[in-house]
Amino acid sequence: MRGLILLTPPVGAFIGIYVAALVALFVSAFWTLDPFTSAVVHQWTLANFDTLIHDPTYRDIALRTIGIAAAVTVTDALLAFPFAYFAARLAPRRLQAVLFVLVLLPLWSSYLVRVYAWRLILARDGVLNWTLGKLGLGHIGVAYSNWAMWIVFSYIWLPFMILPIWASLQRVPDSYLEASSDLGAKSWRTFRTVLLPLVLPGVIAGSIFTFSLTLGDYITPILVGNTDFIGNVVYRNVGVSNNVPFAAAFATVPVIVMGVYLAIARRLGAFEAL
Amino acid sequence: MNRARKRYLLWTAVVVLTGALAFAGAGCGGGGKKSSKGKSNLPSSIGKGEGVLNLVAWEGYTDPSWVKPFQQQTGCKVHSKFAGSSDEMVTLMRQGGGSQYDMVSASGDASLRLIRGHIVKPVNVDLIPGWKDFIPQLKSPSHNTVDGKHYGISLQWGPNTLLFNTQKVKPAPTSWSAIYEPTYKGQITVPDNAIQIADAALYLSKTQPDLGIKDPYELTKAQLDAAAKLLKQQKPLIKKYWALASDEIDLFKNGDAVIGASWPYQTNTLKADGVPVKDLIPKEGATGWADTWMLSAKAKHPNCAYLWLKYISTPKVQAMQALSFGETPANLKACPFMNKIQKGGCAQYHANAPASYFNSIKFWKTPIADCGNGKNDCMDYTAWQQKWTQIKG
Repeated sequence: MRGLILLTPPVGAFIGIYVAALVALFVSAFWTLDPFTSAVVHQWTLANFDTLIHDPTYRDIALRTIGIAAAVTVTDALLAFPFAYFAARLAPRRLQAVLFVLVLLPLWSSYLVRVYAWRLILARDGVLNWTLGKLGLGHIGVAYSNWAMWIVFSYIWLPFMILPIWASLQRVPDSYLEASSDLGAKSWRTFRTVLLPLVLPGVIAGSIFTFSLTLGDYITPILVGNTDFIGNVVYRNVGVSNNVPFAAAFATVPVIVMGVYLAIARRLGAFEAL
Repeated sequence: MNRARKRYLLWTAVVVLTGALAFAGAGCGGGGKKSSKGKSNLPSSIGKGEGVLNLVAWEGYTDPSWVKPFQQQTGCKVHSKFAGSSDEMVTLMRQGGGSQYDMVSASGDASLRLIRGHIVKPVNVDLIPGWKDFIPQLKSPSHNTVDGKHYGISLQWGPNTLLFNTQKVKPAPTSWSAIYEPTYKGQITVPDNAIQIADAALYLSKTQPDLGIKDPYELTKAQLDAAAKLLKQQKPLIKKYWALASDEIDLFKNGDAVIGASWPYQTNTLKADGVPVKDLIPKEGATGWADTWMLSAKAKHPNCAYLWLKYISTPKVQAMQALSFGETPANLKACPFMNKIQKGGCAQYHANAPASYFNSIKFWKTPIADCGNGKNDCMDYTAWQQKWTQIKG
């Protein structure tokens, strides 16, 4: 009984803040807008979802958002794994501390500053093309494209992939790997059948971060891209045309995608690595 | 607690919350419907300032060079919130029940929405001496004067221009076709704004006369579709749809864009930074803006607001703003002051131009279903916005 009383404030806050916001989102998704006065009409309707399903524009935007989020996740996993492996298992103690700080260092500066920095790097007369020009490689036009978004997102969310992989690599006892090699397994086989299954939950945990953070972002697409993410459409509908019901309806899409993703991640044991 | 019971409790909580929110929402809806019409009681004199004035403005409209003297004269401390688009202005003015901001520098595509939404209220033009010297077309224009009531005081106006890099774009363009044709593919920039459809419609009204477009803001479904088709063809040519004026400035500075639709403000800023650019009004004509300072229906500082209206309409302040932003003042007496600040400034911004110049610009206005033929078959602004999202894809 006393436990119940002690738990009441945090549980109340959780329901009042977290759950209530989500419920408000779902409820208003079924309202609509009066076309003349632009006031919200509190009448249940499926009109918003009908538009979402039948207008190919929104399907394209949703697929682009999910596609880039997936690409960023894969890229970050491929970049983070070798780094984390070196840092967790090969580097001497002292170097480990230095690497740890280096991974976290970008997080100390503002997200906006880093995105603007990339805008300058990728611009037509920017650092990247200047370097390529000096090397005699001509120039590439990636500024303000989906490629630019992919590069910038991969950079920005990389630490969130490195840290969980690092943690789960550290947790693998050396004796497992020694046992594997004692039993005659070559290093590739040890990696594939011993190390990878043990670290996979860490990779999945990292992917939850990179995937969901990319899925919900709308600032990077404005600054370095030239196409809309789900977040941009939501932002325009709330901040510009005041169509909160439609924004709410579109905002349920990433919630559902993340729900499915988390269900799969749970199956793969990612929550034990968090 | 067993599992089934836990689940039962969770669902109960969700159902209760949902119900409560639905009720609360419905309650709000009922309360908000109260009509706020009533008689408009115009003040007959300006009282003492309240010490504060909260403005929603375009970037560059509340420059310290004319805001500081105003604060010293009146004691009204000016707080300004910059908006990037007309839509944002309308949303900001709605915020907090409409009492958060006192005034807004609304363009013609926002002003009617503000008037119809009862977000702004009429003002007494007799209290604004500068108004008598305004260019006649801006004394009671249809975008801020409804049924003979003045919902605000006109401010400045200007055209949306074609901006280009003089070193990269040769020969100099004469037509808007430069941004619809692939010559400068991947180096073109246009505003990320649904009202940009009007630019395409204006171009089509000259190049495809059989569409029958008379007014670029009054489009039937077929005409809107034609404009959207043109803009969809334009999309692969676009480097970036710019959201803020500073975006476009960056694009031209870094060489990502060499030609695009612009405001004179960007031209002035780029020239000041030594970028070789020029702007012009192409032969098809141009869209443009005519801005109005409007007073919130629930303004908390009405005296400061009237003092601001009076101040901002004086010839000297009008001249300062015109030259700083690159636009044309409403007050005709501003001309000599413009020449005093910058040699030839009056002629450069057409402050002494004949009425035909004013009439050649298609000023922004809110697209509505009723386009004057009694059939209500025009596409309204919501339809324009949906089209714009589809165009950008």
